[in-house]
Amino acid sequence: MRVIVGTDIASIPIAIIIALVIGGVLIALSGVNPFEAYGALLQGAFGTPQHLADTLIEATPLALIGVGIALCFRAGVFNVGAEGQFLLGGMAAAITGNLLSTAPAIATLLAMAIAAVLAGAAWAAIAALLKVYLGASETLTTIMLTYVATYLVSYLLNGPARDPATPIAQTQPLTTSGLLPGLWPGTTLHVGIVIALIVAVAAHYFLRRRVGGFQIVATGLNPVAARSAGLPVRRILISVFLTSGALAGLAGFIQVSGVQGKMIVNLSPGYGYTAIVVALLGRSTPLGAFLAALFFGALSAGGASMETSVGVPASVVTIVQYLTVLLVIAYTAARTLRRPSRVADEEE
Amino acid sequence: MDIFNWIVSAQGEGFFSATMRLAVPLLLAAVGAIYAERSGAINVGIEGMMLSSALSAALVAADTGSPTLGLLAGVVTGIAVAALLAVFTVLLPADPVVVGIALNLLAVGGTTFVFRIFSNQVGTTTTTPGIDAEPIPLLESIPILGPLLFDQSYLVYIALIGVVITWVVLKFTSWGLLLRAAGEHPAAADSLGLSVNRTRFVALLVSGAFAGLGGAFLSLVASTQFVENMTAGRGYIAMAILILGHRSPWGVLLASLLFGLGDAFQLRAQLDNTGVPFQFLLMIPYVLTIVTLAVFGRRLIDPAALGTHFRRGHR
Repeated sequence: MRVIVGTDIASIPIAIIIALVIGGVLIALSGVNPFEAYGALLQGAFGTPQHLADTLIEATPLALIGVGIALCFRAGVFNVGAEGQFLLGGMAAAITGNLLSTAPAIATLLAMAIAAVLAGAAWAAIAALLKVYLGASETLTTIMLTYVATYLVSYLLNGPARDPATPIAQTQPLTTSGLLPGLWPGTTLHVGIVIALIVAVAAHYFLRRRVGGFQIVATGLNPVAARSAGLPVRRILISVFLTSGALAGLAGFIQVSGVQGKMIVNLSPGYGYTAIVVALLGRSTPLGAFLAALFFGALSAGGASMETSVGVPASVVTIVQYLTVLLVIAYTAARTLRRPSRVADEEE
Repeated sequence: MDIFNWIVSAQGEGFFSATMRLAVPLLLAAVGAIYAERSGAINVGIEGMMLSSALSAALVAADTGSPTLGLLAGVVTGIAVAALLAVFTVLLPADPVVVGIALNLLAVGGTTFVFRIFSNQVGTTTTTPGIDAEPIPLLESIPILGPLLFDQSYLVYIALIGVVITWVVLKFTSWGLLLRAAGEHPAAADSLGLSVNRTRFVALLVSGAFAGLGGAFLSLVASTQFVENMTAGRGYIAMAILILGHRSPWGVLLASLLFGLGDAFQLRAQLDNTGVPFQFLLMIPYVLTIVTLAVFGRRLIDPAALGTHFRRGHR
């Protein structure tokens, strides 16, 4: 995969500004004063302690999934299906939490997290094994698996896993032992953001300082060279994919346990997809992905509040997010092109 | 002969008619992608092209009352999105998969935004004047072939003609030869003074036009309205069809019909109340795609230069 890692940092703020200007034009076209709309967005992202908490809550799944996708990018594979891994993680966590509703909180939460991690990793494993042993494009299989996962969750929530007490497709609410502890009294912020930060730092350390991390990067830079150097390329690709699925599943657990308190059909407004651009904007580095997740979390939380207060569809935020990343990709690619060609070098 | 009776019954006719209706958007998108991939350019942006075109076709058709104008709008939109992809991946050396996925996700946000703006401000309903089926007398009563081919809208015929044209272009024209040269050995094509990147750019635009027709089919023929995210992965399924059909027009036609059949089967099974939860039936097209990729995914028959960026003087 080309042009993912070597992004020029200086291009990022410029890309953000251009994307925001284009977003402003779209807002103006929809008949709202863009300054007023962006004011509402800022207010919604940072205006009060609760709004700041909303930003961090939105950033948490993006950061966790984004770190996993960044690891995949570094190894040269593309996990487009984190959305499905996230949903199944949430589902597994909710079922486990309801089974253990009377156990102590620590045991329940741990069991939920493990179930979610296993569910996410198992779903990613399908695509990883098909890729490594049968050559099936992981880009396509992960997308297809997300559709399958969505229907599977819909079936479970309308059938065997549904709370019999309600006609809505959702599981029974978790008891307090299944809920993540809060972090900031007076707001709804839970400890998820701390977990995400720990994961990002651990992944950073692993990539930079451990042999396994070096193997991932070497595989991504040149899989053929890595294989002839004796690296277990297949095992590296599978383990990176499984890690990514596990992190998406973990994010599903955090969303169920920290935000919803139960599994619902619309657990994700597309975290698994937004996390792809989070990883790209973060230059496929774990810490970069964490920072990008904070930025995108602020945009998402602010966008939701902008929609309710000034009536601009929150999808304008999605447009700004993807435009930012496309602009960074364009800039980076154009810069690569300006480099003198190798043949020209030889002729000189 | 129970099966024969079923085939000529109204149910059987509906089934084969549905097969074609479900196959055609996939067929259009996949046939277009033949041009792109044979020239060495991967078009991962089909999904976004189809979705954008479905919206523009629906909006223009609803506004002007003319489904044909809607169709044209769909084609233009498909070409426009393809041009964007081509700038990134042909003119610039950006990764085609990453840019394609990013464009598709941008299309989800973009169409949602435009759709909400228009349905709020104009206040129109989302129903479009659709393109109706025009049964051909006599031929329409042939078993299987009748409902499959001769009781359909004219867009179905366009798709089938597109298959033939694509076959002729690839096999018998010099541009088709240039296209294949660009996909198999771009440096050789370049050394003969042929422009690899111009060929790939145009091939992507052709692919966009076909994807635009496929998207317009969804909002003008298959249903007569735009629904957010209505492509539901069809652009990606088309890429699997391309692999299953070996990137040949006839192979892609057969593969599309197979997927149409699978989709028609699951719709039929939903109506028949088989006791299988409907969610499992809805999974069928996606599972079929995964199985296809698992069985035929090994890239032995890919054009040699597929997905590589060509730059003169670079190896």
